[in-house]
Amino acid sequence: MSKFQKKRGKSSPAISTASLPDIIFMLLFFFMVVTTMRDTELMIEVKTPNATELTKLEKKSLVNYIYIGKPKPKYQETYGTNPRIQLGDKFASEKDIPLFLQQHKAKIPEVQRGGIKTSLRIDENVKMGVVADVKTALRKSGQLLVNYSAKRRAEK
Amino acid sequence: MAKKSTKDRLNNEVNAGSMADIAFLLLIFFLVTTTIVEDKGVLVQLPPWSDEEPDITKLKTRNVFSVLVNANNELLVRGEPQDIDDLRENCKEFITNPQKLENLAEDPKKAIISLKNDRGTKYIAYLEVYNEVKAAYNELRDDMANRRYGKNYEDCTRDEKKTIRTAIPLVISEAEPTNFGEDN
Repeated sequence: MSKFQKKRGKSSPAISTASLPDIIFMLLFFFMVVTTMRDTELMIEVKTPNATELTKLEKKSLVNYIYIGKPKPKYQETYGTNPRIQLGDKFASEKDIPLFLQQHKAKIPEVQRGGIKTSLRIDENVKMGVVADVKTALRKSGQLLVNYSAKRRAEK
Repeated sequence: MAKKSTKDRLNNEVNAGSMADIAFLLLIFFLVTTTIVEDKGVLVQLPPWSDEEPDITKLKTRNVFSVLVNANNELLVRGEPQDIDDLRENCKEFITNPQKLENLAEDPKKAIISLKNDRGTKYIAYLEVYNEVKAAYNELRDDMANRRYGKNYEDCTRDEKKTIRTAIPLVISEAEPTNFGEDN
């Protein structure tokens, strides 16, 4: 009996929570580092297709994004339901692509400009007509490294 | 005595109990705003722009593997309808030509994949074809890397990769799409 009482007496101090903030801070820093704030609000619906031969895009600053897809319901009144191109945070046409690429290029140091990639985030139901126009515009402006954005699909 | 008590109070540490709350608040904020988007995709090198269309008729027909995708997303491979699932194997056979057939590529170096589609073709169908072709090439390169260096193409050094790339170059020619099926 006396043994039991002794033990109880020992265990009475509560677990120290002094290190809790440290743990939380650690988590906090992790999320702060991996966070990339969404700089563009998508105004179109994009569901990228699945593929198996994927390459990971590195160096986010060297990548510019072109979105193609059906406008979201709240924009359909003004822009209709046909697939549209989105550059930055506004609707555009393929004629705006050279300027868009130029503006992105200007922000990048000259030595790194050869590595600029364009990520085409295209909805799987878009018809190739629009895509072909965009591709032609890209080729005409000398932007030849292109990444068709896709999700991983399990190998058959 | 009174003096001593103030000293005691100064020596006391600041209460850090609320630190966790503040950290939690920040943590939750970042948790909510975080989008860990990994951007992956099929990397493609487009051909530079030239005003005249490349003329593939000059090439020997046995070296050209033409894939047509129409507005109904159906495949026509070298003049015959085909299923997407068979494309990879057929493509590999065309490139390597193991039996040295008359109608398949003379040499992997001379093989050219020609893609053509309608403006009404769905993007998903186009990308699937592109993906299969790229997969066929990747598998062949892997095979060769395994035979020569005993490792996968991915793990090869730069020079080894280059040797393989010159032995099995990926040449995809894309024609301008024809104006079919784009009704919007």
